[in-house]
Amino acid sequence: MFEWTQLFADWLIYGLIGLEEGTSLGNALNFFVYDVIKIMILLFLISMLMGIVNAWFPVERVRDFISSRKLYGMQYLFAAIFGAVTPFCSCSSVPLFIGFVKGGIPLGVTFAFLITSPLVNEVAVAIFLGMFGLKLTLIYVTTGILLGTLGGYVLEKLKLDHLLTDWVQTLQHNSSDPDGFDAGERTIWQRMPEISREATSILKAVGIYVVIGIGIGAAMHGYVPEGFFEPYIGPENVLAVPMAVILAVPLYANAAGIVPVIQVFVAKGVPIGTAIAFMMATIGLSIPEAALLKKVMSTKLILIFFGVVTVFIIISGLFFNLVL
Amino acid sequence: MKNIKILGPGCVRCRDTEMNVKKALEDLGIEANVSKITDYPQIMEYDIMSTPALVVDEVVKVSGRIPTVNEIKTFLS
Repeated sequence: MFEWTQLFADWLIYGLIGLEEGTSLGNALNFFVYDVIKIMILLFLISMLMGIVNAWFPVERVRDFISSRKLYGMQYLFAAIFGAVTPFCSCSSVPLFIGFVKGGIPLGVTFAFLITSPLVNEVAVAIFLGMFGLKLTLIYVTTGILLGTLGGYVLEKLKLDHLLTDWVQTLQHNSSDPDGFDAGERTIWQRMPEISREATSILKAVGIYVVIGIGIGAAMHGYVPEGFFEPYIGPENVLAVPMAVILAVPLYANAAGIVPVIQVFVAKGVPIGTAIAFMMATIGLSIPEAALLKKVMSTKLILIFFGVVTVFIIISGLFFNLVL
Repeated sequence: MKNIKILGPGCVRCRDTEMNVKKALEDLGIEANVSKITDYPQIMEYDIMSTPALVVDEVVKVSGRIPTVNEIKTFLS
């Protein structure tokens, strides 16, 4: 699908600009052009796809689905899957949270959604697909969903409802079965203009981070020697995964900026499990998100929530390092 | 006069919505009471699950996306 992109990059860098193939600068620029084009295209396609899924199955309908059916424990998995396919916007996490709680959905199930929503989002998936290929992307998405499922389950068992802020607890006690959601009468085709407009706006919003991230990645590709990181954070270092994760939690980076850099780390000797764990902690948990959640949760609850997710990310990182 | 409320915690998308509302009012040459609701307990009274949202005379017209100028015009006329 992307052969033409490589041909274009070769033509532009080695032909038009006239850099020599095989030099550090030539290689780095070639990587840069190829990756930027490829990832922008993937990003647009995946944003469109998620927009279509979301038009069919908006969050209101997700809530009705989970709250109105007996799902025999599967509700955690469903909530996590819905979290993955719903386009993520940090400014929506509080309304979503309240909407779920108000609809009488248990806190743990709500957490399952809340964990996967940023962890597996359209930007992260598109860039991961572009940088690491299909197999690793599927592993990453599956792990994100399982992590949300288990995390939600554990958080439910801890019985944390009393740690919500007062106004949220009041809403919870007055929860009602939401009215059946009316999706409107417009077909998907009629919604296409707004779906593509949303996809374009995502592209505009993260485009600059893609360029910066790939720029740094391309520069490192050309200049950091092979196996550079291996002596420090190679597979033998058991502490590497927890260290990487704990460093990454307060670090707030756009998935668009962080994945291309991580790809270089992997290419230069950092084990894939450590890299995936680092990325998950960076995009899945962040201080801005904690600040938003402060409106609905006590500090203690936020710390427990982050703590549980952190532990699960570390476990999955260690697991990947063993099996991949 | 119509009552327009823009619900959202103040993110970029909420500001874009506000701009489109102003543009629509300007194009139609009408005035309206435009207010921004940024307080979560108040936002959640409208039973929406994603922001920004646009409320015209206490009816939620759009939630979770930025309405276009043309769309807003149809809500107002």
